[in-house]
Formats: sequence, structure tokens, C-alpha cells
Amino acid sequence: MNIPSNIITLIIGIVITLISLWYGQHHGLMPVAASKDAEQIDGIFNFMMTIATGLFLLVEGILLYCVIRFRRRPGDQTDGPPVEGNVPLEILWTAIPTVIVFILAVYSFEVYNSLGGLDPVISADRPSETVAMKQHHAGHDHMLAMAPQSRVALGIGTSPENGKVEPLVVDVKGIQYAWIFSYPETGIISGELHAPIDRPVQLNISAGDVIHAVWIPQLRLKQDAIPGHDATLVFKTDVAGEYPIICAELCGSYHGGMKAMFYAQTPDEFETWVAANRPASESGEAVALHLPDPQIMTDTEYLAPYAQEMGINSAALAQVKAVSADAI
Amino acid sequence: MTTAIEHLTGQLPRRKWTDYFTFCTDHKVIGIQYLVTSFLFFFIGGSFAEAMRTELATPDPDFVSPELYNQLMTLHGTIMIFLWIVPAGAAFANYLIPLMIGAEDMAFPRLNAVAFWLTPPGGVLLIASFFVGAPQAGWTSYPPLSLISGKWGEEIWILSVLLVGTSSILGAINFVTTILKMRIKDMDLHSMPLFCWAMLATSSLILLSTPVLAAALILLSFDLIAGTSFFNPTGGGDPVVYQHLFWFYSHPAVYIMILPFFGVISEVIPVHARKPIFGYRAIAYSSLAISFLGLIVWAHHMFTSGTPGWLRMFFMATTMLIAVPTGIKIFSWCGTLWGGKINLNSAMLFAIGFLASFLMGGLTGIMVASVPFDIHVHDTYFVVGHFHYVLFGGSALALFSGVYHWFPKMTGKMVNENLGRLHFALMFIGLNLTFLPMHQLGLQGMNRRIALYDPQFQGLNQLSTLGAYLLAVSTFPFVINVIWSLWKGEAAARNPWRALTLEWQTASPPIIENFEEEPVLWSGPYDFGIDSETIDSEETVAEMLAEVGAEAR
Repeated sequence: MNIPSNIITLIIGIVITLISLWYGQHHGLMPVAASKDAEQIDGIFNFMMTIATGLFLLVEGILLYCVIRFRRRPGDQTDGPPVEGNVPLEILWTAIPTVIVFILAVYSFEVYNSLGGLDPVISADRPSETVAMKQHHAGHDHMLAMAPQSRVALGIGTSPENGKVEPLVVDVKGIQYAWIFSYPETGIISGELHAPIDRPVQLNISAGDVIHAVWIPQLRLKQDAIPGHDATLVFKTDVAGEYPIICAELCGSYHGGMKAMFYAQTPDEFETWVAANRPASESGEAVALHLPDPQIMTDTEYLAPYAQEMGINSAALAQVKAVSADAI
Repeated sequence: MTTAIEHLTGQLPRRKWTDYFTFCTDHKVIGIQYLVTSFLFFFIGGSFAEAMRTELATPDPDFVSPELYNQLMTLHGTIMIFLWIVPAGAAFANYLIPLMIGAEDMAFPRLNAVAFWLTPPGGVLLIASFFVGAPQAGWTSYPPLSLISGKWGEEIWILSVLLVGTSSILGAINFVTTILKMRIKDMDLHSMPLFCWAMLATSSLILLSTPVLAAALILLSFDLIAGTSFFNPTGGGDPVVYQHLFWFYSHPAVYIMILPFFGVISEVIPVHARKPIFGYRAIAYSSLAISFLGLIVWAHHMFTSGTPGWLRMFFMATTMLIAVPTGIKIFSWCGTLWGGKINLNSAMLFAIGFLASFLMGGLTGIMVASVPFDIHVHDTYFVVGHFHYVLFGGSALALFSGVYHWFPKMTGKMVNENLGRLHFALMFIGLNLTFLPMHQLGLQGMNRRIALYDPQFQGLNQLSTLGAYLLAVSTFPFVINVIWSLWKGEAAARNPWRALTLEWQTASPPIIENFEEEPVLWSGPYDFGIDSETIDSEETVAEMLAEVGAEAR
């Protein structure tokens, strides 16, 4: 092979490495990271971006160079040199990706483990009764009509440093096209997720009709809500702010409008919100929802109660309603 | 000597145009039938995509209703996968395999015709579903959504996919048997063109995985019309089981869609770079490795659906491993280009465009294999961008490369290179403009399969829509080129590219029996530059062919 002289190869190698290292850290493609876990995931993404940028520049560079340098001259009907292979070179370019892939797999495993993905408590297949029991405490078991025998779907668990503090438990239920958040501690039922920063939050995720998925881009976390399977997602935010909760799994016509807000608040702000929203009757029955049947109602009728009672993001709802009005 | 052969072929019978509308068992006719049919569906599926991108130019669902958007989206995915890319791969395989291995026809010609004639009804049925309310649960049709969102549309979707799936199984049986049993006697597996290796790998994958999809769809169909509860959670069924069955086929389907086109690229690049393929065995065996690994990665589509942690780690490792054989291929193609005499005609431009953009899909593919990162981007536009780089930047560009490369063989006419280059330029810019911004959209928080989105994403979406319009425009020079070249194009010699595989040893287009006499293997498929003074002109090729033929007799 006609490889350019060593010095040039070396300089090109250094330039590609520097560009990759710089771009891997400065691509600016991710939204704000609201937790330590999200920063770890960004770390893995930056690492992959560095490698990908290097490989991209290398291969595209080779292609461009070939197209310019080895272009057939007019009238030249001869063939190129009959090079059929080069064993050391082939071993090299098999070994390098293998090593990269190995490093990447180990790194991903480490991050996933520290997110609590292999947490023995979460990952162990708990008997379904424990989960079913947990669902009854807020007195809204009628909302579980679709899940007579809950099977546990394994989500992402507590990362080791989160495990010491008792988490704030929130039951999240996805229905077409809204999220319902119930706070067993306080009896609050809301269309918004409020949680204090620096305290772990445990979402017990379930679905009422079809598959939904809870996605909070700023936390880099996503977990499907599957009818008949309950999943757990534990996280801790570090940065106060308002973050969208997006449904990531196709759940019907207005899938794009199924959004809620996550308010990561300081403990004081959170207490204020709890005090303002705590139901008058501590039983929780007073705010029990009547669950409408999406099969027989128009979307406008269906969505209306959530808008009034639960304070779903009004802009998103107005959009959905406008759409459904158009559609009718 | 040359004139004698030309004279001879002039008298041999050719196909009439009406043959292409019959139950003809000639593999060449079936190949063309597949190709033309698949391109008709490409234009339909493409127009659906244009409607979707028009909708997504603004955040509000103002161009089509969200229901219609989901129907268009479902049909776009289904059509492009099952009725464009997969049948187009079958088109090349049908047309080329017997010619490349010196056979008169496929092993089972009638089965071959049956396989093709299952495809048009499948497609027509699918599009006709608009009359009863098209399916709108996405091409994945996950229950319980698929069970509650329009019964008849969904049922038609199932029937239609079952028809094309059956077609693909029948085709695969035929390809495997033909490749293993019908080669001329001098051709061992290691002197076989790489396209045949690619089809061997693809067909094995089809035979192992497609029946599982059929099983899943039949069970889904029972849930839908017979009231069973295989996947229906209200009756105790499990929707996740469907996902496992579905992805057991549908991940390998990605390789079913790309492997034949890896084969196409392996044929195009050596010929137009005038060099032997770099690392023949590495490319051949890496196809088999991809097809084996392809069978054990399916659950990476389900990292967020509650797969246990250790299982996610297993599927992460196997998925990442696929980067190794794929990397071997890409480096080998680059090695073939290096030092060659690259003829930048339309076929080669599309092949190099394939390398440039498939690389992008490959790199993001390794990224989404990483579980912690995939949890963030799963079901977002990042994934949409990733797989369009694989399937449009990969399969589709290679498909066009193959069309330009074999057009002279299939039609006996040369294509207009200027129109071909214009087609390439528009399509390459268009595809990057369409699919590159999607990566950023997904990372920033735009989920997929939505008709309405957050206004903050409008800028990048408009860029993407602009790219989609450019992609639509890019098909015009292609269509004009094909029609004009068929009608007025320059007549093609039997071997205009001076290629060495057997299909170029017969007339363009080939006669009904493929070869005047049994072809003789007088060089490897890619022995360029090895004995250049004897094989550098078409006359000498024909002379050598005739001489060796005479000796053989």
C-alpha cells in the first residue's frame, strides 16, 4: 500500500485526535443535565462522540483523498495495482474496533451499574403481591382496573449513594393522553410532578390503557409504562428547574400532545406546594378521579376533566384541544 | 470472432414487454418485475414521507390530522421496508444470482414466480386499507395500541405483511438452493462473487427469523378478531411477549435490508476502481458473522421496556460486536479504493456516497447500543436519524448504485451519466439535510411518531423538511434518466464496464437461456490488474472467452 510518508501520517493523526477530543467535549448537543446520573450519561456520550468524530474524520478523509488522488485520468484504461489484501493491516483494523467496543461496553456497564440498573433490590424479580399491595395505599385501586395481576417490569433503580435517604414515592399512571401523579405520602393527586432536589424520587410507573413511556430529557431517563407491568424508576435531581415529561412511546393520535411538567424544587418550595395542594380530606377519596372511557368519548370531552382538576400544562392542552376540535 | 458472437446474439429470442405482466418463470423477468414494483412503492412511500415532513414544518398539526399522520407514518414505514428495500434486494438477487454463477435459471423457477406474485397483492391491500381506516399503530404495531386503534386497518396490515413475509421466505429458499447447487462446476464458494455471499447470509437470516414474525402476527390477529388474549393485558396477556417476537424478526430485518446492498457495493467498487476487492474472504465471512450476530441482538429495541439489567448488558455487548464485522467491510472497501483508478460515474458516486453516509449510521448505531445512552434517545428523533442513515444513506444509495451499474446489462442501454450525477448530487445533499438535524432534535428532547411538537424544535424541523423536498426533487432526474435511456439511450455492449463476473459475459440484455453456451470461469470475479495486457479490452475478453470455450468443448 502506498501510505504517505510517516511524518505526514503522524501529523494527520495528531490533528484528527485533537479535533475529536475538542469536539467530543464541545458538541453542545445535549440539553441541561439536571442530575449527577445525567452527567455520567453525558460523559459516556462525550466519549462516544470523541471516538465517532475520530473515525468519521478518518474514513471520510480516506474517501475524499481517494476520490481526488486516485481518480481515473481521461484515456487511462489500465487497472490499478492487484492488491488483494494485507493480513497485518486487516488484523489491525479488526483489533482496533474490537478493543474500542470492549472499552465502550465496560464503560457503559459501569455507568449503568452506578445508575442502579443492576441494583439487587430492583433487579430481583419481586413477587407481584408486594407491588400490588403498594398500589392500594392511596385508595385509588380502581384505577388499576387494567392490571389485575401486576407483573414487575424492571426499571432503573437507586444508585448506591441514593440508597441512604428514604425516597419520595410517586405513583405515575399513563393514560391516553395524560400523566397522573399520585403522592401516597400526602394524598395529593396531580397532573404535575413536583419533587424536592437532593432527595431521591421513586416513580412507580403503570399504564391504564396502552403503552406509554416516561421520558425526562434533562435526566436522560426513560421508562416504559406497560399495562400489566409495573416499573420503578429512581432518580435524584441536583438542579432546580422545570423539565418536560414526555411520552416517548406511540400511544395514539395525540401522542405528541401527551406532556406534563416536572418541577424540581428546593425543599421549601416543595413544602409550599404540598401545603397548597394537600387535599382537605386526608383520606384521599375526595379527589378520587372518575376514569372516563376513551372508547366512547370524543377527545375534547375526554381531556376536559384533566384540564380542570389537575392543572395539566395549559399550553399543551390548548393545543391538543384545538387539534381535536379540528379533527371533529 | 467478436463479430461472430455479436451476430449470433442478434438472432436469439428476447423478451416482449408483455412478458413482464405474466406469470413468467424466467428469473430475469421476475427480477425486473420485483425492481419495477418496488420502485412504484418507493414513490408511494416517499410521497407519504413528504406529507409527513410537510406536516412537521410547523409545530401544530395543521396539514394533516394526527390520525392521518399516524396512518401515513405506519404505511410509510411498512411500505419502505416490506415493499421497497426488501423486494429491491430480491430483485437484484433474482436477476443476478443465476447469471453470476452461470446457471440457466433459479433452482425453483415456479416458486420464484409465486414469490413475486405475492408482493403486489400485499402492497395493493395495504394501500387499500385507507378505505376502511388505515392502521395507525406504527410499523411495529405494538399491542395494546394496535388492538384498539382501528380493527380492520390493523387486520389488513397483518395480512399484507404476512403475504410479503411469505414471499420473502419462498425467495430465500430459492436463493440458498440456487447458490449452493447451481454453480458452474469450476466455481467453488470462494470464487463466487461477493453478492452471492451476501445473499447467502441474507437468505439464512430470512429463513431463521421471518417465521417468528409470522407467528407473532397470527397471534396478534387472533387477539384482534377472535378475542384471545395472547398480548392483550385486559385478559391477562403480555404485550412484552409480542415485542420479543416482533423484534426477533425485525432486528434481523435491518440486516435483511442492508446485507444484499453490501453485496452490491462489493460488486460495484472493484469494477469502477479497477482493483481486486481488498480482503475477499474477510468481506464474505463478515456477512455471515453479521447474520449470526443479527439473531442475538433483538432486545436492544426494548432497553426501556423493563428488560432485566443483566439481559440488557448481554444485548448491549452483542449489539456492539456487530461493529467489528461491519467495520471490516468498510475498511476493506476503502482499501479497494486506495490506489485504484476510480471512474466517478453514477454507479461509483452512489457507492462512495453509500460509504460516506452509511458510516454515519454505523457510528450512531454503536452509540445507541450503549444502554445508558440508549435509554435517553430510545424512541426519539435521534433513532429516526440513525436508521435513516442506515437505510437511506446505506441501502437506498447502494440500491441506486446497483441500478446504475447493472442498467446496461438489464436493458441493453447505457444511462445518461450527467443526469445520474445530478441525481446523486441532489439526493446526497437532500438526505444529509433531512436526516442530520434529526440527531440533534432527538438529543434535545423531540420524541418520534408525533404530528405536533414543541415550538422550540421548529428551526431544525424546517431544515429537515427542506431536505425532504430536495430528496423528492432528486428522484426526477432519475425517472427522466430511466425513461429517456430506455427510449433513446446509447446501446450497451455486453461488458461496458470491463467487469469480470459472469453476468457480463453474456449479451446485454441477456438472452432467454442466459448464456449462448455454458460460461467458463477464466478468472476470479475481481482479478483486475493481474494480467492487464490480456484483459484490458473487450475484444480480447471475447476472444479469450471463445478460445477457452472451444477448448472446453
